[in-house]
Amino acid sequence: MSQKEQEIKFISGNVAAAYAARSAKVQVISAYPITPQTTVVEKLSDFVDSGDMPAQYIKVESEHSVMAALVGASIAGTRTFSATAGQGLLYMSEMVHWAAGARLPIVMTIASRGIAPPWNIWADFTDVISQRDAGWLISFASSHQEIYDSVLMAYKICENEEVLLPMFIAYGGFVLSHTSKPVIIEPDDKLEKFLPPLPDEKGWPHIFIDPERPMMHGNLIMPSGFYYEFRMKIHDEMMKSTHIIKQAALEFEKIFGRSYGNGLIQEYKLDDAEVALINIGELALQAEQAVDELRQEGYKVGSVKLRHFRPFPIDEIINIAKKVDVIGVVDRDTAFGSPTGGAVSSECKSALHNTGIDTIILPIITGIGGREVSVEQQKEEFKILMKLKETGELPKDMIHGTLWDGILEVK
Amino acid sequence: MVSLKELQETTAEELFLPGNSTCAGCGLELALRWAMKALGPKTALVAPASCLNVVVGLWPKTAPNFPFINMAFAAAAAAASGISAAFKAKEYKFPGKVWGKMTSLVFAGDGGTTDIGIQGLSGAAERNSDILYVCYDNEAYMNTGIQRSSSTPHGARTTTTPFGKQRFKKNLPAIVAAHNVPYVATCCISYPIDLYEKFKKAKEIKGFRYIHILAPCPPGWGFASEDTVKMGKLAVETGFWILYEVENGEFKLSKPSKKYLDPSKRRPIQEYLEIQKRFNTLSEVGLVKWQENIKNAWKYIELELELKEKSE
Amino acid sequence: MWKIIAESKDKRPKLQNYKNWNELSPIPISFPCYGSMGETGDWRVFRPVIDKKKCTKCGFCWMYCPEGVIQKSEDGFFTIDYVYCKGCGICAKECPVKAIDMKRESEFE
Repeated sequence: MSQKEQEIKFISGNVAAAYAARSAKVQVISAYPITPQTTVVEKLSDFVDSGDMPAQYIKVESEHSVMAALVGASIAGTRTFSATAGQGLLYMSEMVHWAAGARLPIVMTIASRGIAPPWNIWADFTDVISQRDAGWLISFASSHQEIYDSVLMAYKICENEEVLLPMFIAYGGFVLSHTSKPVIIEPDDKLEKFLPPLPDEKGWPHIFIDPERPMMHGNLIMPSGFYYEFRMKIHDEMMKSTHIIKQAALEFEKIFGRSYGNGLIQEYKLDDAEVALINIGELALQAEQAVDELRQEGYKVGSVKLRHFRPFPIDEIINIAKKVDVIGVVDRDTAFGSPTGGAVSSECKSALHNTGIDTIILPIITGIGGREVSVEQQKEEFKILMKLKETGELPKDMIHGTLWDGILEVK
Repeated sequence: MVSLKELQETTAEELFLPGNSTCAGCGLELALRWAMKALGPKTALVAPASCLNVVVGLWPKTAPNFPFINMAFAAAAAAASGISAAFKAKEYKFPGKVWGKMTSLVFAGDGGTTDIGIQGLSGAAERNSDILYVCYDNEAYMNTGIQRSSSTPHGARTTTTPFGKQRFKKNLPAIVAAHNVPYVATCCISYPIDLYEKFKKAKEIKGFRYIHILAPCPPGWGFASEDTVKMGKLAVETGFWILYEVENGEFKLSKPSKKYLDPSKRRPIQEYLEIQKRFNTLSEVGLVKWQENIKNAWKYIELELELKEKSE
Repeated sequence: MWKIIAESKDKRPKLQNYKNWNELSPIPISFPCYGSMGETGDWRVFRPVIDKKKCTKCGFCWMYCPEGVIQKSEDGFFTIDYVYCKGCGICAKECPVKAIDMKRESEFE
C-alpha cells in the first residue's frame, strides 16, 4: 500500500487517475464502467482486490447509484472518489446537484466523451459543461501528469473548511485516457506534507453520522425560511475559493516542483504577445507548440490554458484582455442556444462586460465529437486572429457570430 | 416470544419524538416506533422521498432522535450501501469503536421500493450489501396525495385510478427472496411484538436483509383513524396478508399467520374490503379475483412447506 | 458559532436562531426536539381518558399508541401526555377491558 520511492511509470491517463486515487488514500470508491473510462475502474479493482489499497469498493448497478453511494459514504465522513464519462454523467445529474447542495468534498475524474444521439465516444467536453451550474468546481487536465496532479490538488482544495465543495477533473476521452506517457508517482512522505489528513472519527465539520450527536440534514425549508440564503452561500463560497486554488497550486510547486501557472490559468509567452488563444484540455498543450512555431516565423502570439472553468477566473481573464488586443476563445463543447454557441466563450465575454476594455473576443468551436485538431489548424486560428487585429476583418465562414473551425465541406 | 411486560421495562425510551406531523393514527409511525425500539440509537436511517421524509418536521426542528439522512427518490438503497461501506472503512481506521456496530437502515415507502427504487434495491440485494431495507407499504403514493403505485391492490380507488385499479399488487417480498439474500420477512403493524422480534433478529444478521411492513393509512384507504390496528388485524385474519420469514432460503410461517393455513379459519375477505372507502367501486368480478388470489397465495405457501418437510 | 453547536451535544441550543446569512452553517442542519410540529395536542377533537378502576395494567394502549405519548408511571398505571396526544382513538379501540373513554375535548375547556 505504501509508496516508498518516487516512481516513473509509463501509463495511460486513466491509469494515472487510478494511481492518484491510491496516492490520496481514498477510503470509499464506487464506480460503474463506461467507455472511455473503463480502465480507471479496472485498475482500481486491481488495487483494492489485491490488497494494495485498503479501500471499500462498491460495484454498483448504475451511474445514479454511483453518486448516491458516494453521497452516503461522504456524509458518513470518509474520503471518496469515482470516475465516469458522457452519458453516465448525465444519468447521475440529479445526484450531482445533491452532492453540491450537501457540500460534500467528492472528487470525480471525467474522461469526457460526446453526447448521444448518435453514439460518440471521443473527446468532447459537453458532458462536463452541461453540469456547470450544479455547484461543482470544474478543472480541465491537459496532460497525463496533470491528471495525477490535479486529483491531488483537488483533495487539498475541496476538503478545506472554507470550500467544502466537490470537484470534476475532465480530460479528453481516448486522447488522454488511452494514450500512454511517463507519469511521476510521488512517494508517501512527500504526499503527507501536501495532502490534508483523512477525516477523523468526528467526520466533516458540517455533516456527520454520529449516534452521540444525532442530527438531520435536508429537511423541508419554506421559501420564507433560509433556502434562498443557503443556496446563495454555495455561489459565495465557490467564488471565494479562487484564492484557495491559487494557494494549493503554489504549495504544490514548492513541494513537488511542477508548476501549473497560478492554479486557475497557465499563461504561455503572453507578456509581449499581440493576440492570444484560450484553450481547455489537451488542445492548450498543443497550442503551445503552435505558438513556438509561429514565433519562429516572427509572429507575436501567446496562448493561455484555462485550468479551472468553475469558479470562473474573472480577474485573470480581465488581465489577459489588458495585455492583448484580440483573444480567441476555443470551446471543445456546445451550449445550444447560448450567445456564442460555446460555454467558455460566452462566459469570457460576460467577464469583460462593463470593464471598459475594448479587446475583441472571437468565439471558436473545434473538435466536437473528438474530431482531430492539428497544429496546422491551430496556427491558422492564430493567423485569423492576427488578421482580425490588423484589418478588423472577421473570417468569412462564421455561423451566428462564432467560428466553427474544422467543419467538413460537403460537395 | 418476549413478553409485553418485559418490553415495557427495556424499551421505555421513545426514539421518534412525539409532536411530529404524522396523521393521527398513522400506520407508518407505529411501524417506525417499534422498529427503532428493536434497533436502538446506533442506527443511521436513510429515508427517500416519501411520507417519512416530510413528517419529520421543518428546518430547524426535527423528530428522530437518531442519525437521519434525507435522500433523493431513487437513491436510497445505493446511499445506504455507501454508508455501510463508509462504516467499514471507519472501522478499519478506528477499530474497536462504535462503527462496527452501526446498522445502516433504509425506511422507504412502497413507491420508492416497488417503482422508482427497484433498480437500487435489486442491485443492493445482488451485491449482498450490508444494509437492512424496510419497505412500509401503505399501498399508494400517499405523500403526494394518494396516487397508485405497483403495490396498490386490484380494485382500489386512487386519484390516478378513479374507477379502481385494473392490475394486481406486485409481490415484492418474493422478488427479493429470489435474490438469495440472508433474510426476508413480512410484518404487520397490528402485531408489534412479532415485528419487534423480526427486527431484533435482522439486526444481528450480516448481509442484505429485507422487511416488508403492511402499514394501513386512514386518509388514503378511507377509514377512521381509530381503526388502523383493526385494519391490520383483518388483513392477516382474512388471509390476505401473510406473515412469514425466509431465512437463508428456508421458509417459515410466523405464529400469527399459522392458523390461517386452514381455509375455514380465514374470515371472508368482504369484511376487510367493505369497511374501506377505496374499495366501494369493486365489482363482483373483482371480488372473485380477490378470493382466487388469496387461495392461490396460500396454495403456494403450502407447496413451500411441503418442500421443506420433504427435504428434512 | 455553528461549528461549536455541531461539535458536541451539550453545547447545542434547543432551536437554532439566525439573524442573517453570514451566521448560517454551510448546509441546513436540524436537531431533534419534542414537538417538531408544535403542540400537536391542539389537533384533538376527542380526548382519551383512562378509568383506573377498570384498567388491568396490561399495556396494550402503550403498545398500540402510534405517537408514543402513553407512558408507564411509577404506580404501574399509564399516563397520557395531552400536550402531544392527537386523539386518534386507537388506544380506546384496542383496550381489552374498554377502560379508555374518548370524551369530547370541549368538556375540558
